[in-house]
Amino acid sequence: MKSDTIAAISTAMTNSGIGIIRMSGEDSISIADSVFVNTNHKRCLKSYQSHTIHYGYIVRRDGTILDEVMVSVMKAPYSYTKEDVVEINCHGGTFVMRKIMEIVIEAGARTAQPGEFTKRAFLNGRIDLSKAEAVMDMISSQNEFALKNSVKQLNGSLLKIIKALREEIIYEIAFIESALDDPEHISLDGYPEKLSGKVENLIIRLKKLLDSADDGKILKEGIHTVIVGKPNAGKSSLLNILVGEEKAIVTEVAGTTRDVLEETISLGGITLNIIDTAGIRNTDDIVEKIGVEKARKVVAEADLIVYVVDASVPMDENDSDIMEMISGKKIIILLNKSDLNVCVTETEEKFSFLDKNKIIKTSMKEKEGVELFTETVRDMFLHGDLIYNDEIYLTNMRHKEAVKDAYESMLQVRKSIENQMPEDFYSIDLMSAYSSLGTIIGEEVGEDLINEIFSKFCTGK
Amino acid sequence: MNEKVDVCVVGAGHAGCEAALACARLGLETVIFTVSIDSIAMMPCNPNVGGTSKGHLVREIDALGGEMGKNIDKTFIQSKMLNRSKGPAVHSLRAQADKAEYSRAMRKVLENQDHLTIRQAEICELLYEKKNNVDNELEDHTDIHSENNHVGKNKVYQITGVKTYTNTIYECKAVILCTGTYLKARCLCGEAITYTGPNGLQSADHLTESLKNLGIEIRRFKTGTPARMDKRSIDFNKMEEQFGDEKITPFSFSTDPEDVQIDQVSCWLTYTNEKTHEIIRNNLDRSPIYAGVIEGTGPRYCPSIEDKVVKFADKERHQVFLEPEGLHTNEMYVGGMSSSLPEDVQLAMYRTVPGLEHCKIVRNAYAIEYDCIDPRQLYPTLEFKKIKGLFSGGQFNGSSGYEEAAAQGLLAGMNAALTILGKEPVILDRSQAYIGVLIDDLVTKENNEPYRMMTSRAEYRLILRQDNADLRLRQIGYEVGLVSKEQYDKMLHKKEMIEQEIERLKNTVIGASKDHQEFMAAHGSSQLKTGTNLAELMCRPELSYEILSEIDPKRKPLPEDVIEQVEIEIKYEGYIERQLKQVEQFKKMERKLIPTDLDYNDVKSLRLEARQKLISYRPVSLGQASRISGVSPADISVLLIYMEQKYRSLRKEKVE
Repeated sequence: MKSDTIAAISTAMTNSGIGIIRMSGEDSISIADSVFVNTNHKRCLKSYQSHTIHYGYIVRRDGTILDEVMVSVMKAPYSYTKEDVVEINCHGGTFVMRKIMEIVIEAGARTAQPGEFTKRAFLNGRIDLSKAEAVMDMISSQNEFALKNSVKQLNGSLLKIIKALREEIIYEIAFIESALDDPEHISLDGYPEKLSGKVENLIIRLKKLLDSADDGKILKEGIHTVIVGKPNAGKSSLLNILVGEEKAIVTEVAGTTRDVLEETISLGGITLNIIDTAGIRNTDDIVEKIGVEKARKVVAEADLIVYVVDASVPMDENDSDIMEMISGKKIIILLNKSDLNVCVTETEEKFSFLDKNKIIKTSMKEKEGVELFTETVRDMFLHGDLIYNDEIYLTNMRHKEAVKDAYESMLQVRKSIENQMPEDFYSIDLMSAYSSLGTIIGEEVGEDLINEIFSKFCTGK
Repeated sequence: MNEKVDVCVVGAGHAGCEAALACARLGLETVIFTVSIDSIAMMPCNPNVGGTSKGHLVREIDALGGEMGKNIDKTFIQSKMLNRSKGPAVHSLRAQADKAEYSRAMRKVLENQDHLTIRQAEICELLYEKKNNVDNELEDHTDIHSENNHVGKNKVYQITGVKTYTNTIYECKAVILCTGTYLKARCLCGEAITYTGPNGLQSADHLTESLKNLGIEIRRFKTGTPARMDKRSIDFNKMEEQFGDEKITPFSFSTDPEDVQIDQVSCWLTYTNEKTHEIIRNNLDRSPIYAGVIEGTGPRYCPSIEDKVVKFADKERHQVFLEPEGLHTNEMYVGGMSSSLPEDVQLAMYRTVPGLEHCKIVRNAYAIEYDCIDPRQLYPTLEFKKIKGLFSGGQFNGSSGYEEAAAQGLLAGMNAALTILGKEPVILDRSQAYIGVLIDDLVTKENNEPYRMMTSRAEYRLILRQDNADLRLRQIGYEVGLVSKEQYDKMLHKKEMIEQEIERLKNTVIGASKDHQEFMAAHGSSQLKTGTNLAELMCRPELSYEILSEIDPKRKPLPEDVIEQVEIEIKYEGYIERQLKQVEQFKKMERKLIPTDLDYNDVKSLRLEARQKLISYRPVSLGQASRISGVSPADISVLLIYMEQKYRSLRKEKVE
């Protein structure tokens, strides 16, 4: 079982100069010792005094160096959580931070739950009594947020895969348990051989899932970018240019993009999740209305808004609606159709709240101004105007851990079968696999097993 | 008339008997009431005790000082250890009982128990006083005869006695309700409905009203039983004979195994067929369940034959077990074919089964409906949250089965007595006993059918084995006062022998000598590379304690039960250790007790659903709270912080 030492990236997930990975718990120092060597290639953090900082390297399991770091050791009770705390100061690239995070998880830490450092700090008496309310609020809201994100971001196919895996696993457990419960009705003769085949299949599928979690992400990460604008302003054309293929339907008729289109693209190393919305205008067309409502929803959740304005026609009421909807967000305005007669410019009064460099003249038709747009996004990101959503990254880490746990549980089932253990031992690890996978889709075990037994197998006197 | 005692137990079934014996054995003056003295410890359904997971319960009852195990050891007529080919955690003992003997033997124990009185009477009313919630002072005497005595939901009451149908009042300090299936019972056999308890016994129709007046929420459950046949009308040649074990294991840890090696009676196996199913399908409209006459919720694990045929339509046949009801009767129990179809349909369907072609029914199959409670109104001590001194156990709590009933009865009795004696009550948690799982499930989880124990309900079942129930629970029974010093010492001695032998095996190194290599080869085991200790060798699937005796000359003879423990502890050490670690985590949360006066409305960050559930069910610990559906881990974290905050401000006040 995993130790109760928690880890998290405690600096923002941006490509900044320095990043910090923090661990807290009984094993944090020994975990750090297993991933950190000093300049003499010794692992000796344990012997160091509290509140000291050490120069050295984070090494992979095969001994190769991952990054040059400074590690500080704060021994209990003189730390933020009053537990042993280790902070790894590494280079600030998101790639490096993630890799280090993965290495410490592999070494035995687990990803911290939202608000968990603070929770520990409070429970261990480090945080003042008067802050209790705030701590509770924080735990509650961060969890809500994480949960919402987790389920919202899980893409449909992944949800299906996990549900299918769980269904197959619970069926096997229910079969074993029915037979154990009612040995005179249900026999397990020859079952281990049958299960063995199924376990191999499950292992392969879990491994595939784990590998995909390694390169891709389980949840969609990146800057949530939403393109808004009136119908036919050129939103879909922008998306098509960025994606490099014809994804959105582009016509000359206003209002053809009726649903929300989503694309993940990489702009100079920065991941954008771009959502194209139906053109926003007051409409009686029911189908289009649904699209408009969806657009309002995604705008509310977005990190960055790209507002495409048709500069060839004057601003109107619909533009005011849009401005209202996106107010308070990080915005870039594209004055499109600069190839035509322009009547809207950056001096437009409605744009006065925005820096002039966030207003860019473009022509989608001529592919002009798109480069300037990507540079602007990059700038915003590098200056910290835009940040990745850390929580999504962490949720991904937790999901990955869960898949890994399920995978390891299945290996254990395989081992139990090989060692000719009695059948009741199989269900122990099948059950842990089932519950690990459940954490990804936010489902607890509850009465699942009992229900499955009664619905699938005829038992009883 | 007016009598004064310490404890009143209502009902003398399997729960009532254990409850009454526990109280009386702890020195409290106890009366046990039953509508019929001839039905003490009656088995109105299946003629056996134990079975998967239920066998565990009986062992645990015995380890704690209960009576069921001893009583079945005296009266069984066949015994079998189920699941012997599977892991030790799911081995389960089941014994066929001589029903009449079982009942008579238990009655004899009750009749000869000091401080215990048996009284044939129907209890119609509970007597109580209003209690002030805040300072525990008795506020005023409520006139129980007044029309306006409906108890408000948040009031706390103290039980003061019971009243019989014949108007005698028994004043007491605690009442234990073990009413089984008798409250407002009605039996259904097709269109024929009788307003009786099981076996045509008088039902108890008055108590429910009194319970409702106390604010207790009542619900209605249903269960059923198959027909009994005349043995002489059955052709056993068409059935498969089912024997008992050659070497019989007793249930009780205090029974000498030598004493139970008796001549056994056989059971018989046969099957339903397509013809049986056709008759059932053609007459479904005459089943009270399918016709909608029955309102109670029936158990999924013990389906009637109608249910099996409808739900598992693709199954060509279902097993039917013919089990003797005793040595001095010709009645045979038809296991697997409980039903509430009318008599004529029953006979027709039974007669399609091979061997039952000419069968004669002695008693019809029937379904029974009865009043019971949602047990989430109880603390894990089985005391009502809002009524001090009122405890309950058995089917009244929404469970099913003799063993489940006895287990609750024992705990309810124990805790009623301990409370009166001013001692700490006993709460077994999910890592200590199946009884703990049973009670925790009942008082915590939503449950819409009679609850039956199953090994899959126990998350730590590798530790909760039937073979180690004495090692797990004897000490608790001894501390409570229900287990003798002699029995306790016996367990301590056994424990010592187990520990010493494991230690010895781990320290006895077997060198890679020629003799040893030959031994390995002879048993199909791989050659030794270096010296290996005996414990490591025992972990090899092809080797065992017994086989290793050949290369273990220093071994001293040990009792079988000690060897069994040694073997299990060593062979499954890795798995057991993993569960022990999980138990450690689990215990952390169980130990965090929630103050009984905690105001959940004051915990602002709780989600609404969680707050509502916590207010209605008032869990005793954070562990229990975490098992309530609708309470998330984040809610538990919030509660944890809140409790810590309260605790710290309290401490601060004290300092100031």
